Amino acid sequence: MSSELIVFLVLSLVAIATALGMLFSQNAVYSALFLVLNFVTVAVFYLLLGAPFIAMSQITVYAGAIMVLFLFVIMLLGAENLAPSKNLPWQKPLARLLSVILAVEAIYLLFSRARTDLAVTAPDASLNTMDSLRDMAMSLFNQYLLPFEVTSILLLVAMVGAIVLTRQEKGGK
Amino acid sequence: MVPVDYYIALSAILFTIGTLGVLSRRNPLIIFMSIELMLNAANLAFVAFASVYQTFSGQIFVFFVIAVAAAEVAVGLALIVEIFKTRKNINIDEMNSLKG
Amino acid sequence: MHLSETVNTGFYFLAPWLVLAPVIGLLINAIFGKNFSERAVGTVASLASGAAFVVSALLAYSVAINHGHAVSVPFAEWIHIGDLRLDWTFRVDSLSTTMMLVVSGVGTLIHIYAIGYMHEDVRFKHEEGRFTRFFIFLNLFIAAMMILVSGDSYLMLFVGWEGVGLSSFLLIGFWYEMDTLARPSWANSNAAKKAFITNRVGDFGFLMAGFLMFWHLGSFQFDEVFAVAPAIAHDSPWVIVAITLFMLVGVAGKSAQIPLYIWLPDAMAGPTPVSALIHAATMVTAGVYLVTRSAPLYSLVPEAQYIVAMVGAGTALFAATIAVGQYDIKKVLAYSTISQLGFMVAAVGMGAYVAGMFHLITHAFFKALLFLSAGSVILGLERGHHAHAHHAHHDEKPKGKHKKDEHGQHGGHDDHGEVFDPGDMRNMGGLRKTMPVTFWLYMIGTLALAGIFPFAGFWSKDEILLDAKLHFTSVYWQLSIAAFFTAFYMGRQVWMVFFGEARTDAAKHAEESPKVMTVPLMVLAALSVAGGALNLPFKGFHQLGHWLEYTLGKVEFPPFDLGVALISTGLALSAILISWLLYGRNPLKEGQIDPLKKPLGFVFTGMENKWFVDEGYGVLILTPFKKASQFLADVIDWRFWHDFVHDTVIAGTYNWLSDVVLSRYADQKGIDTFFNSWGDFTKWLSGNVRRIQNGFVRSYALSVLLGVVLILGYLIFK
Repeated sequence: MSSELIVFLVLSLVAIATALGMLFSQNAVYSALFLVLNFVTVAVFYLLLGAPFIAMSQITVYAGAIMVLFLFVIMLLGAENLAPSKNLPWQKPLARLLSVILAVEAIYLLFSRARTDLAVTAPDASLNTMDSLRDMAMSLFNQYLLPFEVTSILLLVAMVGAIVLTRQEKGGK
Repeated sequence: MVPVDYYIALSAILFTIGTLGVLSRRNPLIIFMSIELMLNAANLAFVAFASVYQTFSGQIFVFFVIAVAAAEVAVGLALIVEIFKTRKNINIDEMNSLKG
Repeated sequence: MHLSETVNTGFYFLAPWLVLAPVIGLLINAIFGKNFSERAVGTVASLASGAAFVVSALLAYSVAINHGHAVSVPFAEWIHIGDLRLDWTFRVDSLSTTMMLVVSGVGTLIHIYAIGYMHEDVRFKHEEGRFTRFFIFLNLFIAAMMILVSGDSYLMLFVGWEGVGLSSFLLIGFWYEMDTLARPSWANSNAAKKAFITNRVGDFGFLMAGFLMFWHLGSFQFDEVFAVAPAIAHDSPWVIVAITLFMLVGVAGKSAQIPLYIWLPDAMAGPTPVSALIHAATMVTAGVYLVTRSAPLYSLVPEAQYIVAMVGAGTALFAATIAVGQYDIKKVLAYSTISQLGFMVAAVGMGAYVAGMFHLITHAFFKALLFLSAGSVILGLERGHHAHAHHAHHDEKPKGKHKKDEHGQHGGHDDHGEVFDPGDMRNMGGLRKTMPVTFWLYMIGTLALAGIFPFAGFWSKDEILLDAKLHFTSVYWQLSIAAFFTAFYMGRQVWMVFFGEARTDAAKHAEESPKVMTVPLMVLAALSVAGGALNLPFKGFHQLGHWLEYTLGKVEFPPFDLGVALISTGLALSAILISWLLYGRNPLKEGQIDPLKKPLGFVFTGMENKWFVDEGYGVLILTPFKKASQFLADVIDWRFWHDFVHDTVIAGTYNWLSDVVLSRYADQKGIDTFFNSWGDFTKWLSGNVRRIQNGFVRSYALSVLLGVVLILGYLIFK
């Protein structure tokens, strides 16, 4: 058992635990913090898989920007807690059952199908970090230039949309 | 050396947990976070496959997903704030005007 | 009957132009005729017909230089079904070229004559616009007649046969909305219908002959039919007898023989050039041509030949007696035509094909001449009538100029009181002085028809009589008596029309016809005089006979019999003498009854009324037919079929079915119930299912997850 595997197993336990913690926390603030932790472990996975740029993006954008935004809204609205609901008593057990089935199905599918046509070797650890970063940049600004630009427009639109949605009407209520 | 299968399995488990969160929680903020978790699970699968195939397309796709998720969160949270401002409540079970 | 080896020399390739030339002519006139002057229209039509004549002459020349080889000129594919190949092929041999020459030659002369005739005719009838139409029909006729005589199978012959029937119908009914005196009536169109329907009866015979021929002999093609006919005649002679006799029915229809001749006198309703061309010179001889063409069939069955000869002779005599009692100048000639056609049919029936064809040719000349001259007489009288009438009214004004204005104002010439009949011989008299050219031309035609030496009719009629004397004595006597009557009625006509004093003002002021009409007549007159030279009955001559031998095989030439010639000439001369005694010595006065009426009594009444044949047909066929139709229409169709079957049975059943069974039970009880229940079920179901739509987003998402799980499960267990 290599050290890398040990790291992976420990981190995956952490990831699953934080995900469940997010799921079961009564307080939304705790949920958000659990999720931040989860995102950080995922970023480590990215590093293990030889994707340092994505790992950095994950930490800055997700763990940093997005989750801060979440926390900000939670605290702004004071929506940390909600009273338990009487509606849909069968929703939760059914959802759990289906989720378990889904997990089983997904894992089964991945292991039965993926094994046949994937080279299930470990990712190439000898990937040169700087080279891969440069190559990815080349790929991003050549092959994927148009989606990249479209994404930037999307971000602009989202920004404008958020402003418009939350704007206080002048002389309004 | 970690087999890719393990990453995929982890991805599936995280995705399922995210699904469960969407289905069982009534706080829209937490539902939102669960969706983010599902996106992350998908991203993890992307990157794992990309490393197997030694291609950047998977990583670039994840990059785009992150960018789109940021946009989505900006708009989604704005909507939630707006809903809260009009209804003084964000319990998702209260929002059942689609009832037939 | 030499079938075509390849013959290189000659103009055979021109054969299709026999038909194409008149068709082009009629198309030009039909398309551009509106903008043409009358002269241009007439010229185009005459040139088209003349071109056909030139082609005929070149074809005849080609046959001559190739020693009578019959040549088939394929023109167009018509019907190809499996092995059956029916094509439009031209047959060029001595017989067909003879007919082509007669048809196109006489036809061209009549075209030219018609330019003058129709010019006036359309003006007397105030229908100037129809001038072009007349020449279109005339060219159509020439084209159809050419198809008839040039086809190399019975089928193409039948196509032409029907084509000429159509043109005949169109031309008889040319003035369809009036009668022969231009009074509004349907008399002319009825005459056209009579001709057409009577010909249908004949065509039925022809068709039956054709069916039998195809069934038993396996072909329509002349040579093929004639090749297998002897074997069939040996095995089952009744087939050939049936074919030839059915063909005789067709001949009787087209060539106006007993019992189907009745349409020809009525056909005189057509303009006179039509009477001359179609109903005297060419179309009506198609039957004679058919029998001659079918000579190899007829010669196999003497019984059929005998019947043909008897029909011909009977018609010759019967029609000649009717001609004696007629007053209309064209009716006399019409019955004369029937009678002369009887001569020809009798001749070909006896196997004297050369004599029959010879008489056909000479008859075409002198009968065309007579008809056209009669047309000239009628127009002369018409002119005299108009000129006189207007003279009386407008004495101070020059007459010719005002004819038209006068018609314009009064809308017709009926304003002169009683309708004047310019064709009635009782209205004529003394035209010898006012119409001298026509008189002399008419005299030549009369002498030729009467069979006076040395005119054409003498030679051809004599040859028929000679053959008859040698083969069928009874036919000989019938024909001789017919010849006597022929001379008599022609004498009567000439005395009544041209001699004595004018019996009406119109006759007094009759005017001679213009050159465009008289010059073609002079050509025809010359042919009537010299036509006999075609086939002089002396050793070393017989040119026509030898010419037709190419087609007909060996022909027997009986030596000239002075006795027969003398008897016929004597009969003719005595008949003319008798007619002079009755009509010439004491010319008919105005309003006087026919001098024959008193001595002959009811016999003359019979002649006058055509032996009441039309009435007989009326009683025997038409009345029962109408009664039967009435019965069928009123009782069978209306009362039984319509009232009972349709209204009561079908409509009643239908109503009952629809009202009681379908509407009340099937529809209301069955279908309605089913669909109402279906609707109720849907309502109930939707009322329950709507609860799923509970408005909770989480539960919707759960549905989505359920779908995902199911799909993944399907993928796994697939």
